[in-house]
Amino acid sequence: MTMSLDAPDETMLQQHFDSTIAHEHRVEPRDWMPDGYRKTMIRQIAQHAHSEIIGMQPEGNWITRAPSLRRKAVLLAKVQDEAGHGMYLYSAAETLGADRADLTDKLVHGQQKYSSIFNYPTLSYADVGVIGWLVDGAAICNQVPLCRSSYGPYGRAMIRICKEESFHQRQGYELLMTMMAGTDAQRAMVQGAVDRFWWPSLMMFGPPDDASVNTEQSMAWGIKRHTNDELRQRFVDMSVPQAEKLGVRLPDPELAWNDARQHYDFGSVDWDELSAVIKGNGPCNAQRVAHRKAAHDEGAWVRDAATAYAAKTSRRLEAKT
Amino acid sequence: MIEDEFGAYHALTESEDDHRWAFGTGFTDALEGVDTGVAEGIDGDALAAYCLMLGDDALIYSHRLQQWITRAPELEEETALGNIALDLLGQARMLLARAGRADGTGRDEDRFAFFRDEHEFRNVRLVERLDQDFAELVARLLIFSAFRLALFDGLRASTDPVLSAIAEKGVKELTYHRDYAASWVVRLGDGTELSHRRMQAAIEVNWPLLDELFTPHAVEAALAGVAVEVGTLRAEVEAVLDTVLATASLDRPDLAPMAKLRGLAGRDGVHTEALGMLLAELQSVARAHPDATW
Amino acid sequence: MTEWPLYEVFLRGKRGLNHVHVGSLHAADPEMALHHARDLYTRRNEGVSIWVVPAAMITASSPDEKDPFFAPAGDKVYRHPTFYEIPDDVPHM
Repeated sequence: MTMSLDAPDETMLQQHFDSTIAHEHRVEPRDWMPDGYRKTMIRQIAQHAHSEIIGMQPEGNWITRAPSLRRKAVLLAKVQDEAGHGMYLYSAAETLGADRADLTDKLVHGQQKYSSIFNYPTLSYADVGVIGWLVDGAAICNQVPLCRSSYGPYGRAMIRICKEESFHQRQGYELLMTMMAGTDAQRAMVQGAVDRFWWPSLMMFGPPDDASVNTEQSMAWGIKRHTNDELRQRFVDMSVPQAEKLGVRLPDPELAWNDARQHYDFGSVDWDELSAVIKGNGPCNAQRVAHRKAAHDEGAWVRDAATAYAAKTSRRLEAKT
Repeated sequence: MIEDEFGAYHALTESEDDHRWAFGTGFTDALEGVDTGVAEGIDGDALAAYCLMLGDDALIYSHRLQQWITRAPELEEETALGNIALDLLGQARMLLARAGRADGTGRDEDRFAFFRDEHEFRNVRLVERLDQDFAELVARLLIFSAFRLALFDGLRASTDPVLSAIAEKGVKELTYHRDYAASWVVRLGDGTELSHRRMQAAIEVNWPLLDELFTPHAVEAALAGVAVEVGTLRAEVEAVLDTVLATASLDRPDLAPMAKLRGLAGRDGVHTEALGMLLAELQSVARAHPDATW
Repeated sequence: MTEWPLYEVFLRGKRGLNHVHVGSLHAADPEMALHHARDLYTRRNEGVSIWVVPAAMITASSPDEKDPFFAPAGDKVYRHPTFYEIPDDVPHM
């Protein structure tokens, strides 16, 4: 054994980490953690942050055309929240040693993923409502358990985010209720949006458990708390009565209550379509990344100027003292 | 366990408390519960026109800020611009609602925003242009918020209690907008060579539209004690702009004001070409479904 | 191109309470950091007191007794503890 006397024994560190996880205590930024845990955590938080930022686009698409000033204020506040969520999350990733500039770079060069749901287009104002109801609803199902994530800063960011997400979901559902009580054209718009977003929402829970490569380790580390299929079932069970109350039809002929299981049965997701979207062939993949990249690139001179100005002022301050 | 975790999800059916979320998201009538009677001796039509002048400035400029969302140079600026756009939208809603009460037509904010034609909008031409870059954004925001802050500061003393209350709330917001814009004008003006050049150009693009802000209008003249005399604001606003420009090492432009058309400009419903395109976007969904409720 | 530095944000929501760490953000200078903190973490709630501190200026300790190994320098909230990695060519490991 030639290891320096000062260096701690990695086995002991691993044991300490394992016991933190086993006792459901939180792992905090400066604690020792296995490299795999750190990498998984950074990847998960970064993808989540990217999703919030890219997720601003499909809804941002409708801010300037919102059909009432109240709806405009609601949508603007919501998209602004998403920017805030992205920042909370990048900030959590930075406590793990990641660099936001580096993560942004990976996003705009297509090296890191974001939620595939945002690669679908928003084609009518009803989409704003359906995104709130189904997409944010599915996100909440995925995210509420993450408030108890074993990584402290991520869990704390998620508590803040989930609180705000519940507003988002409610505003979406409320918009749909109002539209369903409106004209025939509005009801058709809502049904069209539900038809387009139902299956992509189910895909948000990820591949089925038997095909999910990361689930087992992530659950052991307390990074993930329920399997994809458990959460997907949960979401279907919650959404069906909401759809009934709203008066819309969910586009799945196999959807039916199963008394024995005490759950809804539902049809199978078209995983080929999802994998096409994940591979970059969705309707908006290229557009979303290009838009984000353009904003980032076009902002470079502004960020540089601010940095230059800050350097100048601190030099001037030093010269004075 | 899984049941307990989904409290947030079930909040869907709980009672409404989104008013704490962001101003303007929790109500449909911006002046609900406010006494909107018009005091004796005040010309209701003139008051309505005045509210539209101030309301349209905020509505149209908020639209131009909204167009920056997802395009800002840094994420932190997304939230800042979102806040400013929301503040101005809030001001617009109260002022448009006030107009509908003052002229006795009972039109609501949406009627005014979505179902008037271009020539019926009474905003100044400054707020209409599409920003070409971030320097133009902060240049115009500085000019606009310095002017509007001075105006609202005076409006606090308005004999119309509703306008006075709107101004009271707005002053705090506009102070923040002006400071935000000023700090960016200074950073860009005194940043890099490139940013200095762009900042100077951006000031020059907006400068010819400054004069219109201080041009008195017949509507204001008909509302002594209610409206602010804009001519009196020039010295104060220009002093603010001069200070910021000097700090930013920028030159104050020496440019002639943009000409009017047969003596008419924005306040009279005579606009630049940019407004028509803006309204086409703003009004498209509302006009496609005139019988809809949102 | 350099990234704007990281600032840690502390808020006091009400008089009588301590400032509490709420997160971080990027800004070119302290004034910008305050503006951003107000926008992001208070949503413009007047009456909230905000501190912003450059993250690089924070000297931190960890409650863990093994701390010295994990805080090789006080200049960053996190530093990857790579110093006990042993090269592949060390024999008898």
